[in-house]
Amino acid sequence: MPHTAATPSSERPSLVPGVKIAHHTLANGMDVVVIPDHRTPVVTHMVWYRNGSADDPVGQSGIAHFLEHLMFKGTAKHPQGEFSDIVTELGGEENAFTSMDYTAYYQRVAREHLGTMMEMEADRMKGLVLTDDVVIPERDVVMEERRMRTETDPGAQLSESIAAALYAHHPYGTPIIGWMHEIEQLGRQEALAYYHRFYTPENAILVIAGDVTSEDVLALAEKTYGTISALGEPPKRKRPQEPELRGAKKVTLADPKVEQPSLQRSFLVPSATTANAGESEAIEVMIQILAGGQTSVLHRQLVVEKTIAVAAGGWYHSTSLDRTRMLIYAVPNADVTLDALELAMDQAIADFIANGITEKELARAKTRLIADAFYAQDSQSAMARMYGSALATGASIEDVTHWPDAIDAVTADDVMKATRWLDSRTSVTGFLIKDEAA
Amino acid sequence: MNKPIKVAQQAAVSKTNHADRIRSVVSPMGIEAWLVEDYTVPIIAVEGLIDGGTSQDPTDRPGLLHCLMGTLDEGAGPYDSTAFQERLDDFAIELSFGADRDHASFHLRTLSRHRDEAFDMLRLALTEARLDPDAIERVRAQVLAGLRHESTDPDVMAHRAWFATAFPQHPYGRSSKGTLESVPEISRADLERTREALLNRTKLHLVVVGAIDPDTLARVLDDVFAPLPAHSGSRLVALTAPVAIGTRKVVDLDVPQASIRFGAAGLARTDPDFVAATVVNHILGGGVFSSRLFREVREKRGLAYSVSSHLAPFAHGPLHMGGTSTKNERAAESIGIIEQEIRSLAQDGPSEQELATAKNFLIGSYALRLDTSAKLASQLVHIKAHGLGRSYLDERNGLVAGVSLDDAVRTAKRLYGAGELLTVVVGRPVGL
Repeated sequence: MPHTAATPSSERPSLVPGVKIAHHTLANGMDVVVIPDHRTPVVTHMVWYRNGSADDPVGQSGIAHFLEHLMFKGTAKHPQGEFSDIVTELGGEENAFTSMDYTAYYQRVAREHLGTMMEMEADRMKGLVLTDDVVIPERDVVMEERRMRTETDPGAQLSESIAAALYAHHPYGTPIIGWMHEIEQLGRQEALAYYHRFYTPENAILVIAGDVTSEDVLALAEKTYGTISALGEPPKRKRPQEPELRGAKKVTLADPKVEQPSLQRSFLVPSATTANAGESEAIEVMIQILAGGQTSVLHRQLVVEKTIAVAAGGWYHSTSLDRTRMLIYAVPNADVTLDALELAMDQAIADFIANGITEKELARAKTRLIADAFYAQDSQSAMARMYGSALATGASIEDVTHWPDAIDAVTADDVMKATRWLDSRTSVTGFLIKDEAA
Repeated sequence: MNKPIKVAQQAAVSKTNHADRIRSVVSPMGIEAWLVEDYTVPIIAVEGLIDGGTSQDPTDRPGLLHCLMGTLDEGAGPYDSTAFQERLDDFAIELSFGADRDHASFHLRTLSRHRDEAFDMLRLALTEARLDPDAIERVRAQVLAGLRHESTDPDVMAHRAWFATAFPQHPYGRSSKGTLESVPEISRADLERTREALLNRTKLHLVVVGAIDPDTLARVLDDVFAPLPAHSGSRLVALTAPVAIGTRKVVDLDVPQASIRFGAAGLARTDPDFVAATVVNHILGGGVFSSRLFREVREKRGLAYSVSSHLAPFAHGPLHMGGTSTKNERAAESIGIIEQEIRSLAQDGPSEQELATAKNFLIGSYALRLDTSAKLASQLVHIKAHGLGRSYLDERNGLVAGVSLDDAVRTAKRLYGAGELLTVVVGRPVGL
């Protein structure tokens, strides 16, 4: 039998009623989350590890992501290719992804194959076998991935430089895929050291969404993941935190390939994990009003009224273990300089802070954000990702389930207080321009 | 590399009964939609396709339909652009419009409690878009900014160069979004003419999934779509086939990695061998971790992060296509391996094991394409537009199961012929 009692998602009524999430912890410390969706006889099986690129050892940037690639290279029990072959044979889809705070592996299969997936995923938590024959070509693959995503795209290069400037000290300033000169040096030993440190049951979260019951899932989890010994204690994530830096920074990237300039500004802000109660939700509503879509302040002022931009918007990445980023951007209309656009953006923000918001704006932003929680229920993989990423960054099931209520509780006053995070002294502004000299 | 696998060699083709769930709802005015009624989640998803896509753009106005579709939600009926967008957000309605070479399209998603408002916004956009001068200028500026941005994007450049080279005399060769020269020429009268010609209810395919009953839907269909013209002004587009097959074209761009697109003529969606071609393509370059191209280009040699192939059954000129990105120094090697794999599949066909694995995958994974309202609606609307019936969801896995080795061998030969390709490379490839 399961070792801990089920934690019912909540007894309080929620604004977004519906699915009942089950949450258990196995004796070895592995979390188990079950999200029912009985519309289609399929299931999404995910294992999340609470480590990401921000946990890469100094000088080994990219190792979390490289290991994610290498996790497909087989074990003693299921040699290279066998897991993927079986997923294919069973008509399943699979993949994996690495973020700054977590690494996750998933398969989507017909529900009757869930046990097979759990057996094989549990096997590779401890049984990975690596030889240079598979490690070296895979490192070439990762370098091609970096070339594809970054080396051929000036916009992506600017984003890297902005992050590196925004985080002077914290590893969020280093790209997830790693710096090219460090990827080149990664090898089998670095990958295995990282693997043994982080791939343990107490560092893992099993998330299963689909046409299953929590009883069935728990029985399978006991038989598969439950047999893995705990390491003793969860690995620690010790990251250097950002100092209080003052002084707006500016990064300009000029490249002959830039035919359409743009500007963006990133701010260092609290995440859902680091914020005081209600603060993250207030930032969420604030950025929605300022920069979310075509009804936002920035779009209305810069695109519709002044017509000096063709697009303007922004976002806030709340799901983050440490202090996170909020970003706004604008793309100038033809013959508008970035300096002129930046001035107009500054003015729009200053007006926004000075004038406050209307009740209509507040209600609209909340409606839009809360609706996303309804729409997410239509997709079992979206639900699995929502809960997995929240738990992997320190949130609870309750936090996710009651997020819509927390959004609904945000007042106009909260929103105006949250504008303090639009502080250019803790920001980096990036200009993407054409290099005319080249 | 294929090891024997200890799972069932033949996927069970279970008897599903989607057809019972998919109703044909016909309104009093004769407008039809397929409906999958489902109240599990309180939302409604609508997918619409109208035959006659960007290949209908006049020769001197490429980008016209794309521009029109972008302007439909920029003010309609009593609402100017800002009021229209505010109303969408006030009710959390997701409404968007698009166009591909063969269709105009729209996508609507709403909470069921805002159903009436949502359908009314769709009606206004389709039938009463204002096409205000400031809205047109805004969309034009956005399209032009997008075109400028894409003008040095290696993947977009490779895609555009491939189609321009393959279809020099046919609308398929032109950019769906137009060009920096054509978009400034588009006038309000052009937009009105193309709306009149292409947005109609005779060539409309509609699918609705979610929390709505058939009687309500029948009423909605008349409210929303009856005001559309009952005739299509679309012109006949000639059937065509790509030219320059067997050649390579290099487009210079100063980047360290070459972006590669390859392809040639394919099979039509109505071709009796189309399902077999789907299986053959899967063996060559479908899936994520199992295709020949994945194993040869990525896994064994580390030449690329992404390599894949697909079928593109365009109405007026079906294709098979694919692509990869690999550093300039090894671009020639990658292209050589891809060509070799295609030739070998054309000459010898797949092995029994490859065929069984691909069929098992395609059968087993079909349900994964149908597990959200929007995905189900999108699959169904394409099935409907291709003239396949409501029972196709149930028949499809049987068709895949029925592909024999003979079928696969024959179809691989038909699909790839002598393995000749048009290959476009953007970058500074060495040795090409």
